[in-house]
Amino acid sequence: MSQDYEIVIGLEVHVELSTASKIFCGCPTTFGAEPNTQVCPVCLGLPGTLPVLNQQVLTFAIRAALACNCQIAQHTKFDRKNYFYPDLPKAYQISQYDMPLAEHGSISIDTTQGEKSIGITRVHLEEDAGKLVHQSQGGQIGTAASSLADYNRTGVPLIEIVSEPDLRSADEAYAYLTALKEILLYTKVSDCNMEEGSLRCDANISVRPRGQEALGTKAELKNMNSFKNIRDAIEYEAKRQIRVLEEGGKVEQETRLWDADKGTSHSMRSKEEAHDYRYFPEPDLPVVYLSEKMIADQQQQLPEMPQARRHRFQKEYGLSEYDAGVCTMSPAMAEYFEDAAKKAVSAKVSAKTVCNWITVELQGKLKADGKEISNSPIASGQMAELTRLIERGKISGKMGKDVFADMYVTGKDPEVIVQEKGLSQISNSDEILKMVAAIIAANPNPVAEYKSGKTQTIGFLVGQVMKASQGQANPKLVNQILRDCLDKNI
Amino acid sequence: MRELSAKQIHEKIIAKEITATAVCEAALQRIHSTDSQVKAFLAVDEQGALAAAKAVDRKLAKNEPVGPLAGVPIALKDNLCTKGFPTTCASKILAGWKPPYQATVVERVRAADAVPVGKVNMDEFAMGSSCENSAFFPSNNPWNQECVSGGSSGGSAVAVASGMVPLALGSDTGGSIRQPASLCGIVGIKPTYGRVSRYGLIAYASSLDQIGPLAQSVEDAAMLLQVIAGCDQKDSTCTDMAVPNYTEQMQSGIKGLTIGLPQEYFSEGLDPEVKAAVEQAKQVLQDAGARLVEVTLPHTEYSLATYYLIATAEASSNLARYDGVQYGLRAEADNLIAMYKATRAQGFGAEVKRRIMLGTYALSAGYYDAYYKKALQVRTLIQRDFTEAFNKCDIILTPTSPTVAFRRGEKTEDPLAMYLSDIYTISANLTGLPGISIPCGFNSEGLPIGLQLIGKVFDEQMLLRTAQTYQSHTDWHTKRPILA
Ligand SMILES: [Zn+2]
Repeated sequence: MSQDYEIVIGLEVHVELSTASKIFCGCPTTFGAEPNTQVCPVCLGLPGTLPVLNQQVLTFAIRAALACNCQIAQHTKFDRKNYFYPDLPKAYQISQYDMPLAEHGSISIDTTQGEKSIGITRVHLEEDAGKLVHQSQGGQIGTAASSLADYNRTGVPLIEIVSEPDLRSADEAYAYLTALKEILLYTKVSDCNMEEGSLRCDANISVRPRGQEALGTKAELKNMNSFKNIRDAIEYEAKRQIRVLEEGGKVEQETRLWDADKGTSHSMRSKEEAHDYRYFPEPDLPVVYLSEKMIADQQQQLPEMPQARRHRFQKEYGLSEYDAGVCTMSPAMAEYFEDAAKKAVSAKVSAKTVCNWITVELQGKLKADGKEISNSPIASGQMAELTRLIERGKISGKMGKDVFADMYVTGKDPEVIVQEKGLSQISNSDEILKMVAAIIAANPNPVAEYKSGKTQTIGFLVGQVMKASQGQANPKLVNQILRDCLDKNI
Repeated sequence: MRELSAKQIHEKIIAKEITATAVCEAALQRIHSTDSQVKAFLAVDEQGALAAAKAVDRKLAKNEPVGPLAGVPIALKDNLCTKGFPTTCASKILAGWKPPYQATVVERVRAADAVPVGKVNMDEFAMGSSCENSAFFPSNNPWNQECVSGGSSGGSAVAVASGMVPLALGSDTGGSIRQPASLCGIVGIKPTYGRVSRYGLIAYASSLDQIGPLAQSVEDAAMLLQVIAGCDQKDSTCTDMAVPNYTEQMQSGIKGLTIGLPQEYFSEGLDPEVKAAVEQAKQVLQDAGARLVEVTLPHTEYSLATYYLIATAEASSNLARYDGVQYGLRAEADNLIAMYKATRAQGFGAEVKRRIMLGTYALSAGYYDAYYKKALQVRTLIQRDFTEAFNKCDIILTPTSPTVAFRRGEKTEDPLAMYLSDIYTISANLTGLPGISIPCGFNSEGLPIGLQLIGKVFDEQMLLRTAQTYQSHTDWHTKRPILA
C-alpha cells in the first residue's frame, strides 16, 4: 500500500535588477542589443581591470530585501565563486558567500488553507554571466562545431533570493513565485520578465514519509523557464522520488535538468561531480557598510505590498477577493484603480462599479490590444467620470459602452463625447410621459394584451418608446412611467 | 645623459637647454647599445616614445604648460596595461595581447608628460625573485651579468641601474620592487596598499599588489610617486586620502626620529656582508640625529608561509581567466575541457603552475580552514606586531634582502631557497605598509646591498625624508655599473 509522502521544496530565485548600468562597470543593461555591444574591459574581465560597485544596485537590493521582510546586514562583503565556463570571462563570479546583504526574511502566500508564511533564508548580490550560442542543431555545447559568446549580459546585477524549505506542494511553490514576483514588481527593482531571463528559478526538492522530521535527500532542479514549467517539474520530480522510494530505492543527491518539451528531467551531475567553488573574499572590493540611513531611505521607498493592498481594497472599497486580485496584479494597475476609485467615491459613486468598468471593459480592451495599463488611452479620472455619468443616469449603461469605446480611441473626456454625440439621456418625466402617451395611443393591440394580463408585452412597448426617443430616454423611467399609465387606465 | 637624474633632465628640458626628443633619442640609443647585455626590455616603443617626446617639445615651443615629468624617459613593467601596445606579463599565455585600455598609472605618467619608452621584463605574472621565471629570457644584473637582476620587477631595476632610463614603474607583491632595487643598487618604493591605483595592473595577488617607482635617487623616486599616487574611481581599494607633497619636507632631516630595529630581521640567514653594511647605515642615521631602538615582530617567522598561502590563493583565482576563450594563447583541442588544459599547460611556466596549484589547494573544500583562513588570521597577527612596534618608533629599518644578487640558475631548482630572498620584504605587503629600498654599500665582489625602511601606514613622507637624509650623507646611490 502506498504511503503518504510529504514534499519539501526550497526555491532559489535569481532576479535581474533593472538598474540602468551593470553591477561593476558603467555598461548599459538593455536587453536584446547586438551581441557584445554592451561591454567594456571591466565586464569582459580583461587582465588588470577592477570592479567598482554600482551604488544603485545596492539600494535596489536593499529595497527588495526589505520587501521580503529581511534583516539587512550592517556589513556585507563580496566573494569569488570560482569555476571555468566560457560565459564567465574572469572564470569566477563575484557573488556573496558568508556575509550576504540580508537574511531572515519571510513572505506571505495565499494557499487553499489560507495565508502561509514562507521563510527567506537570504538575499545576496551577484553578477550575471554571459550567453553562449552553440553552433549545432540541438544547441548543445557537446555537439557544437563552435560556440559564440555574447557578453552583453555579463555583469548585469542579480539578486539571489533563497527560500527556506517551507513549501509543501507544487502549487505552493507556484503561489510563492507569484507572490515574490508581485513584490519585486511592486518595489520596482526588476521587470521579472522570465522570457528575457530576468527571473530564473532553481528548485530543491525532497520527499519524506508524512510525520518524519528528518528531511529526505534532495535533488536540485534547473532549467525551468516559466512558472508553469516549475510547477510541472516539481510535480514530476516529487512523483519520481516517491516512486524510487516505493520501489525500495534511494534518492540520489544530484542536479537534474528539466526538459519542458518532454515533460521529464534527467540527471546533469551527481554529488561527486559537484563543483568546489573555492569561495574566498573578493580582494578587489572593500567590505560594504550599510548605514541605518541608507536602509531607512529604502524602507521609505517601499510601496504597500500586494497582499496588504489586496486586503485593504476588499475592506476599503468593498471589492470581492477576485476583483481585489485583478486590481492589484501589478503596481500600475493598483495605482490606476485606486486613483479612479478615490475620485468615484468622492463623487458618491460606488468603487465597485468603477472596478467593474476597469476590470471588464478596460482590461479586456487593453488585453486584446496587447497593451499595459500604464499605456491606457483612458486616464483613471476619466474612468471615474464615466461611471459617475452612468450611475447618475446621465447616460444608460449601453450608452456608456459606446462612450467608453469612443474614449478609448480618442482619449476625450466622457462628458465631451456625450455632448458631441447628443447622447445625454432623457430623464425628464414630462417628456417621457408625452412619448409614452403617444406609443400607447399608437399600439392599441399590445396595450389590450397587457391589460388582459399578458404583462410581458411591456417589453415591446418600452422598446417602442426607446426607439421613438432614439435611445436617449432613460429606460428605467420609461418602464416606470409606462407601467403607471397602463395600470392607472384599468 | 645617463649621468643626469630625472629631475635634472626635466629641468634642462623646461629650460630648453635640451629637447625632449634629444633625450628620448639618447635613451633609445642607450637601449640599443646596452640592452643586449642586460636584457631589460621585452618591447621598445620607439615610435610611441618619439611621438610623446615630440609632443612635449611642441608644447614647450608654444610655451604651453607641461607636466611634472615632461620629457623624462620611463620604462614600464610588462604587467601594466598599455593601450594598443603588447602587454605580456612575461608569459606565453599573453604573448601578443594588446590591451584596449590604459592602466591608470600609465595614464598618469603620460599626463605628466613623461615619455614611456617600452615594456620591461619580469618574472612571469610577477611570480619570482630573480626574473628567471620570465617566459622569454632572464634579465642580467648590470653589476655582474652572471648574476640575477632580482625580481619580479627585474627589468625595471635593470633599465634604471644600467642608465637606459632614469625612471621605471614596477609592482611589488612580496618585495618585487624593493628586492631587485636592492640587488641592482637603486631606489625602489612600495607605497602603502591603496596609495596607488591598481587599475590596469595585471593582478598576481590583489590584496598585496602595489605599483611603485624605481629610480637612481630618492628624489627622482619621490617625483614619480607624486605623479602616480592618489584616488582613482576605477579602483575601490585605492584611498581617497589627499596626496601630500612628497618632495617638500624631504630635506628637513631626521633629528629626533626614532628608528626601530626588529631583532628578527638580523638573525640567521643574513649574509654577514649585508649585515655589516646595514649596521653601518644604522650608524649613519644615528649620526644624523635619529634614535635607535630595538623592536620585536614576533610573528615574523610565519610571514613567508602566510604570504605563500594568501598570494597563491588569490593568484589561483586571478589567473583562471587565461583560459584561451577570449584573448591570448589558445591551444587547439577536441573539446572545451581539453582546450582549457592544453592552453594552460602550454601557456604557463613552471612557477606559475606551482603557485596556481598551491593556491587552488589552499582554497579547496576541506583545506580552506587549515590553510587560507589560518593565513588570514596570522596576517592579522603580523599587522598587530607592526602596530605595536610603531608605538615605539617612527620607522623600521631592516636589510632589504638577506643576500646580494645570486648567480643565475643558483636557486632555480630550489623554490624554497628562492622564496627566502623575500623574507624581509613580505611583511610590508601583508600589512599594507609602505617600504623603500635604498643602496647602502657593496659586498667584496662589488655587488650592491640594499637597506629597507618600512613606514607607518600612508606615511611615505617619513620614508622619503629618512632615505633622503641617508643619501645626503652617503654616495652609494651615485655609483654606476660599467657597461660597454
Ligand atoms: Zn562593462
